[in-house]
Amino acid sequence: MTQDKTTAAFRFGYGLPLPDQAPAEPASMLAALRGPDVMAATYPGPRLADLNDTLARADTLLQTWRRAEAAEARVARQDYRQAIAQLEGVTLLAAKTTIARALDAPDGFRERLVQFWADHFTTVARARRDSPLPATLVEEAIRPHLTDRFADMLKAVIQHPAMLRYLDQSRSIGPRSRIGKRQNKGLNENLARELLELHTVGSGYAQDDVTQMAELLTGLTVGKSGTTFDARRAEPGPETILGTTYAGDKLEPVLKALDDLAEHPATAAHLARKLAVHFVADQPNPDLVQALTDAWRSSGGDLLAVAESLLTHPAAWSRIQEKARQPFDFTVAALRALGLDGADVMRMADDVFRQLILQPMAAMGQPWQRAPGPDGWPEAAEVWITPEAMAVRITWAMEMPQQLVTPLPDPAALMTRSLGSHLGERLAWAVPRSESAREAVGLVLASPEFNRR
Amino acid sequence: MDRRLFLQALTGTACSLAAHPLMTTVTLAASDGSAPLGDHRLVVVILRGGMDGLDLVRPSGDPLLAGYRPTLSAPQGPDLTGYFSLNPMLAGLLPLWQAGQLGFVHATSTPYRDHRSHFDGQDILEAGTGLDLPDSTVRDGWLNRMLQSVPGLRSQTAFAIGADSAPVLQGPAPVSNWQPDVRLDLSPQSRLLLDHIYHDDALFREAATEAVTLTERMDLARMGGAVQPTVDKGRLAETDRLTDFAAQRLRDDTRIAAFSLNGWDTHRNQSGGSALPLQRLERVVLRLADQLGPQVWDKTLLLAMTEFGRTVAENGTKGTDHGTGGAMLMAGGALRGGRVMGRWPGLDEAALYQRRDLMPTSDVRAWAAWAMRGMYGFDRTLLESSIFPGLVMGSDPGLLA
Repeated sequence: MTQDKTTAAFRFGYGLPLPDQAPAEPASMLAALRGPDVMAATYPGPRLADLNDTLARADTLLQTWRRAEAAEARVARQDYRQAIAQLEGVTLLAAKTTIARALDAPDGFRERLVQFWADHFTTVARARRDSPLPATLVEEAIRPHLTDRFADMLKAVIQHPAMLRYLDQSRSIGPRSRIGKRQNKGLNENLARELLELHTVGSGYAQDDVTQMAELLTGLTVGKSGTTFDARRAEPGPETILGTTYAGDKLEPVLKALDDLAEHPATAAHLARKLAVHFVADQPNPDLVQALTDAWRSSGGDLLAVAESLLTHPAAWSRIQEKARQPFDFTVAALRALGLDGADVMRMADDVFRQLILQPMAAMGQPWQRAPGPDGWPEAAEVWITPEAMAVRITWAMEMPQQLVTPLPDPAALMTRSLGSHLGERLAWAVPRSESAREAVGLVLASPEFNRR
Repeated sequence: MDRRLFLQALTGTACSLAAHPLMTTVTLAASDGSAPLGDHRLVVVILRGGMDGLDLVRPSGDPLLAGYRPTLSAPQGPDLTGYFSLNPMLAGLLPLWQAGQLGFVHATSTPYRDHRSHFDGQDILEAGTGLDLPDSTVRDGWLNRMLQSVPGLRSQTAFAIGADSAPVLQGPAPVSNWQPDVRLDLSPQSRLLLDHIYHDDALFREAATEAVTLTERMDLARMGGAVQPTVDKGRLAETDRLTDFAAQRLRDDTRIAAFSLNGWDTHRNQSGGSALPLQRLERVVLRLADQLGPQVWDKTLLLAMTEFGRTVAENGTKGTDHGTGGAMLMAGGALRGGRVMGRWPGLDEAALYQRRDLMPTSDVRAWAAWAMRGMYGFDRTLLESSIFPGLVMGSDPGLLA
């Protein structure tokens, strides 16, 4: 098997040039993944525990604003807006942090895995107060579990307030539970369905399994200081999901069901294919999918073993760039090609960051942390390389670099260092024929070889 | 995905983010000079998320309704047939109903059953296949298959605008995508060099070529620097903008327009959550009628369809979960409306699908097929085999006025 640096950087990282001492072959990439999470310490991400006071304050102020007399309501409204601005500031900082980590990480594969799982467990803020929640889920429930068992990540995600709020679990109440009977409330099966369809087995379940899962999940909700299990909301009696019965109105049977779903053979097949599609090709090599499935099943869903199986399979090192870089990947790769590092991004004024980075990403079809649904962003290259998106990519490539870097880097040097062995003859011919450095840099960043991976 | 809401959220000027993405795509297909599609206009609106048909057109004459839906059935809307009443949020459509330009199909669905997944359900709705799971070999949408069957269509006959391309119009027939507020400004030399570097990569070559030619052809606001987000004035502004865009094209040589309205996945607090999507739907119908003018509107049929209906009973959070049988809205001067069509299965528990959902009594594709047959004279065999494989159209419901 031939493993070249260019493929390592494009397929398993955020592009060329690789940071100093970055590993570029399977053994050292895996060693880095097993090692300490340097970027989490360099650029700390948001923690829900640090936000709970502000969230509680916002909720109280909103109540006061709605209920109080005019003068008091006015003050409450002002304070509420301040609290929301604070929370949205956290969101913006977290977006910068994610890009800074992707730029500086010596182990780009770790950052790519974080993005993969963050997308697999997509959450979207459903109210302005919730805006930093998706980032806290990534930080607390995904990032720490990249090399653990899938069950550990699944349990952390399903118990995270961001997920419980996004998919309505925080509102679901057992109709025959104490609170359900008293308040005449009942089930909401949103999380139960996506847990089966999207997060784990993907197929082979029936409506009954969804309903039973929803009943089993009742009790799991979000309180003032985070996730709690409230037995007064839990539907009494045992529930049967995919043939296994779970008894007891407490958290343990919920966790047991999540363990079982995580280790279900269908989950292995579902996620093996999803990993191969995301990292390698929209129509992945069946041998690769099988190898990932086998690694998943024989290790009981050990994500490190699965990562090793991915990195050591010959099909994962095919030189063909079958995938399109999604707008986030494109943006990070472009910043890297232009020579920006994490510190540059962290220093960027908020409005500049919005205008040069977040707004164009949205115009390319990928607004930050606002995937269209719980199934996350689509993978197919055709979805991303549309006329509209190409217009934005080309315009960004032509216009934005000069606003990010003065003077512009030498186009020929930028071309070779950012494309490595993917550089094609047509681009190499065209770049020296541009009328200006601006347009030459634009050609490199707009080229097929830069926009594919 | 609607980027404006997002941008405003980050810049702190947004209203509620609960007001989720409204429109994804407008797809337009135009006839060339020889007008192979004739004068009729077909507008297809995909209501994404699972529109609650029982809330749209309510069987208020059935005393069971209030038991199933204590919250949702409470505010009364205008009576339609003595048995069915209209959702009060859509009261503005009543004059169209009275004029025979508005109608509904009840208890209809795609052939999709049991899994109640949005993603599969929308795929099947747009692919128009007869399988109850998405058939990965039928990747293009039914509108596209219809276009392929029209002789004499030339390149650029159809084009679309929007943030993603709609599968209903995807496939080998010539389609292009565009969103009206992004513009590409390039020097001639850069254009030549871009052509050169995209030459060998078909995906990039086609996307970039369309991007360049379409922007030049359309008279649109220039973007300064890179991306100039449109400032949203009011929650219906984008709906209006896209409706107007579609109407302008339909007045011209466009014969088919398709787009989506999102926000119908009302798992909780449905009476609040469905207000905006209902307003948008009403607005699209009324504004389209207004913008098209009586002459074109008389030749127009709008079909609004969804991937599945919702549970008959309210859930525990004053919403409804994914169901099966749903409803379809039709409007237009070409419609013989003022009717609620389809066989009504009733709300008795034993009459429900799996004792949970409204029992589907018709295939949503059959109504679209009859509309296409009535408007464009498509051969029945063609409709039942290649456009909607496996469909049995049944007897003619006489949709057109």
